[in-house]
Order: sequence, then C-alpha cells, then structure tokens
Amino acid sequence: MNEDKLTVDTQTTRGVPSTLPSPTNAPDVDAIHTPPEVAIAEADVRTAETLETVRASSLWRDAWRCLLRNKLAVFGMVVVGVVTLASLLGPYTIKRTTGLTPDYIPTEVSLLKSFPPFTSSDGSFSWTHPMGTDNQGRDLLARVLQGGQISLMVGIISTLVSLVIGVSYGAIAGYVGGRTDNIMMRVVDVLYSLPYIIIVIVLLSMFRSQTARGQLILLFVALGSVSWLTMARIVRGQVLSLKNQEFVLAARATGVSTGRIIFRHLIPNTLGPVIVYATLTIPTVMLTEAFLSFLGFGVQPPLASWGSLATDGIQNIAIFPWQLIFPGVTMALTLFSLNFLGDGLRDALDPQMRTF
Amino acid sequence: MLRFIIRRLLITIPTILVVITITWALIRLAPGNFYTGEKPLPAAIEQNIREKYGIDKPWYQQYGRTMWSIVRHLDFGTSLKYEGQSVNAIIARSLPVSAAVGILAYLLALVVGTFVGSIAALKQNSRWDYASMALAMLGISVPNFVLGPILVLVFALTLYWLPPSRWGGFPSVNLILPVLTLSAIHMAYIARLTRAGMLEVLRSDYIRTARAKGLSEKAVVVRHALRGGLMPVVSYTGPALAFLLTGTVVVERIFALPGLGNYFIQASLNRDEPLIIGIVAFIAITLLLMNLLVDIAYAYLDPRIRY
Repeated sequence: MNEDKLTVDTQTTRGVPSTLPSPTNAPDVDAIHTPPEVAIAEADVRTAETLETVRASSLWRDAWRCLLRNKLAVFGMVVVGVVTLASLLGPYTIKRTTGLTPDYIPTEVSLLKSFPPFTSSDGSFSWTHPMGTDNQGRDLLARVLQGGQISLMVGIISTLVSLVIGVSYGAIAGYVGGRTDNIMMRVVDVLYSLPYIIIVIVLLSMFRSQTARGQLILLFVALGSVSWLTMARIVRGQVLSLKNQEFVLAARATGVSTGRIIFRHLIPNTLGPVIVYATLTIPTVMLTEAFLSFLGFGVQPPLASWGSLATDGIQNIAIFPWQLIFPGVTMALTLFSLNFLGDGLRDALDPQMRTF
Repeated sequence: MLRFIIRRLLITIPTILVVITITWALIRLAPGNFYTGEKPLPAAIEQNIREKYGIDKPWYQQYGRTMWSIVRHLDFGTSLKYEGQSVNAIIARSLPVSAAVGILAYLLALVVGTFVGSIAALKQNSRWDYASMALAMLGISVPNFVLGPILVLVFALTLYWLPPSRWGGFPSVNLILPVLTLSAIHMAYIARLTRAGMLEVLRSDYIRTARAKGLSEKAVVVRHALRGGLMPVVSYTGPALAFLLTGTVVVERIFALPGLGNYFIQASLNRDEPLIIGIVAFIAITLLLMNLLVDIAYAYLDPRIRY
C-alpha cells in the first residue's frame, strides 16, 4: 500500500462514501481512499445492512432450490437422513420393542444359531429378526444399525480431520504464495503419487491398538491424514482467485494479521466447493474404512462397522448369505445416496465444477 | 520434454527413498518385532538371531545397511518368514499374478467404460443415459469385497459355471471372476469421465465445424470427439493405478491368489520387515514411473500441453 497516497487523497474524499449509493464495486475505492478507521467502519455498515446479507442468503437459497429440483439429490438426501436417524435411534428402539441388544447372544443350546430373515428359532415366520441373525444368534438388524453408527462416525470424523488439514494447508499455500506455495504444492504432488493406502496398512498393522476404541481413533487419524490432498488443491485454487480481491486488500490495509485474514476472511469464502468436496469425501473414506476392516486392520471387535459385518458375512456366504447381503447392501445404498447428494450439491453450489 | 522427464526422475528417486525411510521407521517405532511371539525365546538364541540379522547394532547402522544395499544393488534382503527366500525372488514370483489380474481388469474397464460413456453422452438424457449412469454410480458405491463374494455365490456356488477361487495359470477361467470384481469400479469411473468429457467436447466449435463440412456422424464421433473426450480418462489413469493396487489386495484375498497384495498383507501381519519394505518400495517405484508415463502420454495426446 502506498502510504503517501492514502493521506493525500483522504482530504478530498473523506465523508463522501457514506452519501454514495453502494454499487457492488464501491468498497475498493473506499479502501484505497479513506483512512483505515473510516474504511473499516464503512465496510462494517455496508456488510451488515445491504450487500452481504442480501447476496449471501440468496446464494444459499438459490443453491437450496437447485438442490431440491434435482430428484436424485433429493433421493440421496432422504436416504442419508433415514439411514442416519435409523442408526442413531434404531438400536434403542429395538431394545425397547423386542428387548434385543446388538450384542445379545441367546443362551438356549442349538446347533444352528444363524436364522434367515423373518424366521424364528423353530423355523416359523416371525418379526423378531427382520434381517436374520448372525453366527452366534445376535440380531443382525440391531448389529447393522449399530454398525452404521460406527461407519458414519468414521466417515464424518475422518472427513473433518482431512477438512482441517486440507483447508488450512491449501489456504496458507495459496495466500502466502511464491516460494512457499511452490514447495507446499510440490509436496502435495509427491504425496499424490504415493501408495498411501499401503502406508496406512503398514501404520495400522504395526501400531495395532489393544483396545477397540484406540484402534478407532487410530483409524480416524490415519484416514483423515491421507485424504486431505485434493481438498488442499481445491482450497488453494479458490484462495488464489480470492486473495487479490478488494475485501482482502481492505482487511490488509486496516492491519488485520495474516492468520486472521486467512481464517476469517478467505476460508469462509471457499465454503461452497469445500462443502461439496467434503460430502464426496465421506463415502470415499467410508469405503476405505470398509476395505481396511475387510483386511482386518480396521474396526476391531467388540465394535463393528458395516465393513467388518460384511467381512464376517463373507466367511459364511454359501450357507448364510444374508449375513453378507444385509450389511453390504445397507452400506452400498448409503454410499450411493451420499454420492448422489454430493453430485447434486456440486451442481447447486459450484456450477463451474459441474460435469453435466 | 526431455528436461521435464529428467526433472521428474530427479524428484522420483528421493521420493522413493523417503517412502522406504517412512516404512522402516514405522516398523521400528512400533512396539515389538518379528521375534516377539507367544513364547519368549531363550536369551542365547535371541542373541544369536540378533547377531545374524544385525539387530544388535545401533539403529543408524542398521538403517544405513538396509538403505545401502537397496541403493547399491536393489537388494531388499531375505524374508524373515519365508526363510531363505530373497524378497526380490518373492516379488518376481508374485508380480505376474497381480499384473495379469490388474492389467486385464483395467483393459476391460477401459473398453466397456468408454463405450458406455460415449453412448450415454451421445444420447444425453435418454433412458439409456440415465440407466447407465445409475449403474455406474452403483459400481462406485458397492465395495469390491462385497461384489466379489456375491459373484462367487451366483456364478460359482449356485450356477457352477466358474471356479470360485485359486490361481489357475495365465489364460484360465479362474481369472474371470477376479477380473470382473476388480474392474467394476473402474468401469464405472471411466464411464462417468467419458460421458462428462464427451459432452463438453460435443458442444465445442471444432465438432460443429466437422459436422458443417459434411463428415459422417461416425467420423465426427470416432475421429474428432473421442480424442478430446477421452482426455479426462487419460488423466484418471494415474489415480486408477493406485486404486488398482489396493483393489488387487482385496481381490487376491477373496480369490486366494498368490499375488503381491496377498504377500504384502501376510508380511504386515507377520512383521516381516524386509518383505514389507521391498513390496512398498516396489509399489512406490511402479506408481511413480507409471504416473510419469501418464504425464508424457497426456502431453502427446493434447497438443496444447507443453512442459
């Protein structure tokens, strides 16, 4: 910023901006020609009253309308909502109605404990086990719903971890620019071409936790710390295009610190693409978790996820196919819906990324 | 172009060394080692083993020795679990299995994916378009370890058409189910990418020019549109390689194939340090070199790209 110019021009323009109507590109003129205190005051008034509020809400409202027009996205949203609610409330409801908990093992002695769907222990029709039971006679529906809690938790928390890393990394690289940016993005390029899943497997197998809870936390960290690369690239691109805009200039001119500019001014403006990509990361992470559980490095008993339930089912596929099919189909349906929801959000929030 | 290749190769070598170091450090930082079993070894025997494998030396000497033999002779040592077998021999033996399944699956995905994707783009918003795209989304959402056993259940255990598992040599019916399982997700991705790429290209000016000068629809699509429309598919090849690798791990487990992935999982479970490092290094080298090839191919296919 040119200090001399600031003080000279102030004399002629002081007070004028408040009487001007506020066209969209007014703030930059103010930022350059008014002293910092006035500029910030002006900007505040304007944000609060006219520009920001009207535009921001209409952007989100437009996106929402666009999303509702997309039948597949609505379908995805409904299914994701139903599955989430069922996972959260289901085990509790089942306990209230039938008295079964996901880890209840019936004590009566019988050779076969795994019953097909809608069948009771004597082979007649019954509503007790709509998805049948597993090898030890545990109610599969309750287990699938509880597994949903774990799967969704892994998906959401790992995505949040990757969100924090990716957004900060990308924003810092994009805003600082120059050599730092170059090195930081080169690192991302190199990491991109690495067999990260292989390294995650080594990590998980070497540091296998003694408790199921510990393994779950390890899983969050491991999955989150490998899925932030694309997010970093997207945010960097956004920040690059935002950082030379007037509101950043205004913030800088008024002496806002770099960290504050990045986290309070730039990142909120990248929210659209970030939400879209985060929605698409959740199914990917859930799929990776299932893959790791299949190999025996993921969720450990007594906890179970859809992935580990399906894996248990594979062993008995010839005799008790429902043990694989129900967890597998539930997971596929959820991922399917999340993908459609993510695609719909992309169309709604980020028209440039749209792939027809 | 040559400068670009040399520069990339110069980054590749340190990257591989870093990967090896990370793997080595992960194995060493974790508590326990290959010899911690259920029954503790007598002290004298443990001492002998430590001397034989050089574990009694300080860590930097061990690290130096490992790295030196890798850098100098590409020698990853001998496996701890499979006694007397060198890591290189194990990789050489198991690679053809993984490569056969992986390459066949990718080729199948490429052929089916581009075909379905182009037709979906040419008949946009038709019933065929919606059906194939819904199917593609399903392909992305069904995990391959669920798909594989279901295919086995249907084609091997119910219809008795195909063998359920095991390796049967290179051209054999045993390959059909593993290849189908592995290629499903890639088929789906490629179909989606082709459709998106083709839709964009079909609206461009040069396609209008091609049509305006009276070319047949077939010539327009095959000679002009496909080349541009397939660019996203080419750039997908890089990530696809990584997916293929993780996919083969699963498929080899399901179908009990003696491939790299199966050995890798066994090695991780057994804490077989030389074998883990060897396979990780091999995979990293393959991935990095293939990515370089993809970038070169990209520049060759798209004249606008210059390195």
